[in-house]
Amino acid sequence: MNLTLTTPQLLITIGALILGTVATRFLPFLLFPPHKKTPSYVLYLGKALPYAVIGLLVVFCLKGVSLTASPHGLPELIAILCIVLVHLWKSNVLVSIGGGTLVYMLLVQYIFV
Amino acid sequence: MKSENKTENEKGMRRKALKAAFPLTIPVLTGYLFLGIGFGVLMSTIGYGFGWTVLMSASIFAGSIQYIAITLLTSAFNPLYALLLTVLVNARHLFYGIAMLERFKGAGRLKPYLIFGLTDETFSLLSTTEPPEGINRKWFQFFVTALDHSYWITGSGLGALIGALLDFNTKGLDFVLTALFVVILTEQWRGTKNHIPALIGLGATALCLVIFGPTNFMIPAMLLILALLTLLRGRIEGRAKV
Repeated sequence: MNLTLTTPQLLITIGALILGTVATRFLPFLLFPPHKKTPSYVLYLGKALPYAVIGLLVVFCLKGVSLTASPHGLPELIAILCIVLVHLWKSNVLVSIGGGTLVYMLLVQYIFV
Repeated sequence: MKSENKTENEKGMRRKALKAAFPLTIPVLTGYLFLGIGFGVLMSTIGYGFGWTVLMSASIFAGSIQYIAITLLTSAFNPLYALLLTVLVNARHLFYGIAMLERFKGAGRLKPYLIFGLTDETFSLLSTTEPPEGINRKWFQFFVTALDHSYWITGSGLGALIGALLDFNTKGLDFVLTALFVVILTEQWRGTKNHIPALIGLGATALCLVIFGPTNFMIPAMLLILALLTLLRGRIEGRAKV
């Protein structure tokens, strides 16, 4: 299912990714120059949105998982539980990410084949 | 003579700033090498080699976007969707910027680069750390950013080489992105008593995924999150700190 993009399409896609990233990083500096007071609603979103967006991204990563078809999301569920538990226990980001990915790879390569 | 002295001083000042910046960036060094290698290996599994990988890491410099880009590069050409998705996923960076408005004030000609390189990790370093006594602030900030940037490029370059040289079953390797976000969610959950925003993020997105399906749910989800955060502002802000 590797639909290969042509080189111009690839460059345009990368350009879109650069544009989107640069836009979000520069916008606050353009919108709120130092002498202007930042609206309290914007400050509130600044505090609340990062929490919500991470929730969004977790679900985004799992969008391809089917609960109705076998293996019913079990590899994902097991790996995520491992990550959360290991992280609460060790608090080491690399161990949690590396270990969790390894567990998942073993599950989908050997157990839920 | 005078101008020569000045450039000497400038050089010494930069060297000192680099020396002060490096130890601070070591945690990012390990993290970026690891995630960069993951990115490079994944790129090679979909057929993109060293050149494309390093080009993307140097010019985009946004880990989550580049991982998500792997799914974009294997689907139909749609730059507008790529742009929208990037803005949505990077929306949190709007607020990093707000937090850094004051701190980047005196950065002068280095400021555009500091803003370009304001990743999650660079932000976490620069928003919480002041340069030590006698260290030039803008050059300290510059070297923290540039070192992080170089780790990310190096890691992904290494990953591209590993992916090209080694032949192993990479099935499931893309779970590294899920793992990354689950770890961040766990950290955030532990760091606050107020879980409403996180629950809104998870719940609203899951709901939109069920209603709109896996190809169309992201934009409705983002709008629903914004609407709920706005409606529940009183409750969320009322309950201690977010």
